[in-house]
Amino acid sequence: MSRELNFSHEDVTEIVAILDKTPYDRLDIRTGRFTLRVIRSGEGWTQELEFSDDAAPVEISAPEAAAAEAEGILAIRSPLPGTFYRAPQPGAAPFVEVGDTVTPDTVIAIIETMKLMTSVPAGCAGVVEEIVAHNASLVEAEAILMRVRAA
Amino acid sequence: MINRLFIANRGEISLRIIRTAQRLGLTAILGVSEADKNALPARVADEIALIGPSPSSESYLNIPRVIAAAKAARADAIHPGYGFLSENAAFGRAVLDAGIIFVGPDISSLESMGDKLMAREMGVAAGLPVVPGGEAETKAAARAQAEVTGYPLLLKAVSGGGGRGMKRVDTPETLDAQIDMAMAEAQAAFGDNRIYVERYIGKGRHVEVQILGDGETAIHLGTRDCSIQRRFQKLVEEAPAFGIPDEKHAAITDAAVKLAKHINYRGAGTVEFLVDAETFAFYFLEMNARIQVEHPVTEAVTGIDLIEQQLLIADGQRLGLSQNLVAISGHAIEMRINAEDSEKNFQPSPGRVKSARWPAGPGIRVDTHIGAGGLVPPFYDSLIGKLIVAGKDRAETVTRLQAALATLDIEGITTTTALHRRIAADARFIKGEADTRFFEGLQIV
Repeated sequence: MSRELNFSHEDVTEIVAILDKTPYDRLDIRTGRFTLRVIRSGEGWTQELEFSDDAAPVEISAPEAAAAEAEGILAIRSPLPGTFYRAPQPGAAPFVEVGDTVTPDTVIAIIETMKLMTSVPAGCAGVVEEIVAHNASLVEAEAILMRVRAA
Repeated sequence: MINRLFIANRGEISLRIIRTAQRLGLTAILGVSEADKNALPARVADEIALIGPSPSSESYLNIPRVIAAAKAARADAIHPGYGFLSENAAFGRAVLDAGIIFVGPDISSLESMGDKLMAREMGVAAGLPVVPGGEAETKAAARAQAEVTGYPLLLKAVSGGGGRGMKRVDTPETLDAQIDMAMAEAQAAFGDNRIYVERYIGKGRHVEVQILGDGETAIHLGTRDCSIQRRFQKLVEEAPAFGIPDEKHAAITDAAVKLAKHINYRGAGTVEFLVDAETFAFYFLEMNARIQVEHPVTEAVTGIDLIEQQLLIADGQRLGLSQNLVAISGHAIEMRINAEDSEKNFQPSPGRVKSARWPAGPGIRVDTHIGAGGLVPPFYDSLIGKLIVAGKDRAETVTRLQAALATLDIEGITTTTALHRRIAADARFIKGEADTRFFEGLQIV
């Protein structure tokens, strides 16, 4: 495997110094796996690495399109992407079970994102009808976590 | 001889280590989780080795899996970067047991510096000043301790935390009454009336010294100021620490070298101090036995590649540098760009990056693994890149930094760029008068 070009900050500074003396506003350097793009920006310059399309990583699947909910059923969605946990810590009892009554302030789950824990309030009142997301699984922002039958 | 270097980390620091490893002619093998196998560092590494699934506990923090991946890749050394397993003594031992070189200090250094109390004792044994203070079980003991500590002082509950039961005492006349109140509050809040008497440092600065040691001798590569923090997370770092009288500055670096020599430190390390912003009295806090996030500001003012030094020392070589070969020239400032929304209580903002235009030009260095099309996974910390700006002095550096921040443009995720623009425009920052309370006083525009 041939070694990929790996531009150092000194390389980028030299490229900018050369470009700055020319009338050009942009230079693209394409390598096997990415493009380095140096662009004039106001008085200064910016650098951007772009990954070539064929090697682009697979998209994380978007949340299911919001299917029409049955009448009287409300969805609780994840406020941000992360790992969904039903209990405050491993081994502890889940925040809620199917059949439990919730109010808008009832914490129903926590989402762990970038080492930070965010608690998820139900945001609606009713009875938990279905727990959609699997414990400890990764969920997208707006993914449906639970369904609640409106009170 | 190190030929095949395994990097047990991810993100910008993995790319940073790959860069130096390749320049030195080593084969850079990157251990990756499922989430990172298409990221920029994986594209640049000579080889990649899958450690495990995306969550850190199953990959970057999983000692058996990291060791197994490194062995399968026939690595002869492991660089742990920062965070993750970098200061984990059990990991260091497992690396050595696998017959692989650990690019880090001796296990004994990891153990002694990993424990804050032990580190404080080690500092005292090496002759370093620590924040004066001590525990008191009775009123008489608290009075005696106050005599030793001096004023102003703080009374804190031994069992406490978060400021509860804390009393500031400015003069001996008010001491007795405050001791009674502090003990009563400590008893009520924590069921334990013991208090801790500590010197109060009204305006403190976080100053640290970069150290290199080879086990026999040690040198310093100057200071860094990291006073601008939020909840003990550094946001801005500078080298050298500015506005400290020369003799105090020299005393701080001397103290750091003394500690490194006392423990026969081997590798790159950082000795952290709390410095009184008014009197410049300084106190040893702790030592970080690894490369630090903010190491590039030291590289910018010394011209020394710290990763290269780590690899040479790990390879068993004596320090090739002596103190008189280290010259500090100019000034450098680093800002950490995080995928967080500073307007929404720093809520994490992972996701797909649409475009990432980082500044470029004279004095500018950007250490990042994030480009257009890159993914910021939700599993790891929020650092997406570091903007490092250098100039001939602090004033030029600040001007360059402000211009660079104006061009920085990342789309697709929310970053702390706007917060950094506010910091760079703050009068206290521009004047070089930031202390550890800077963030609380930051104007919200």
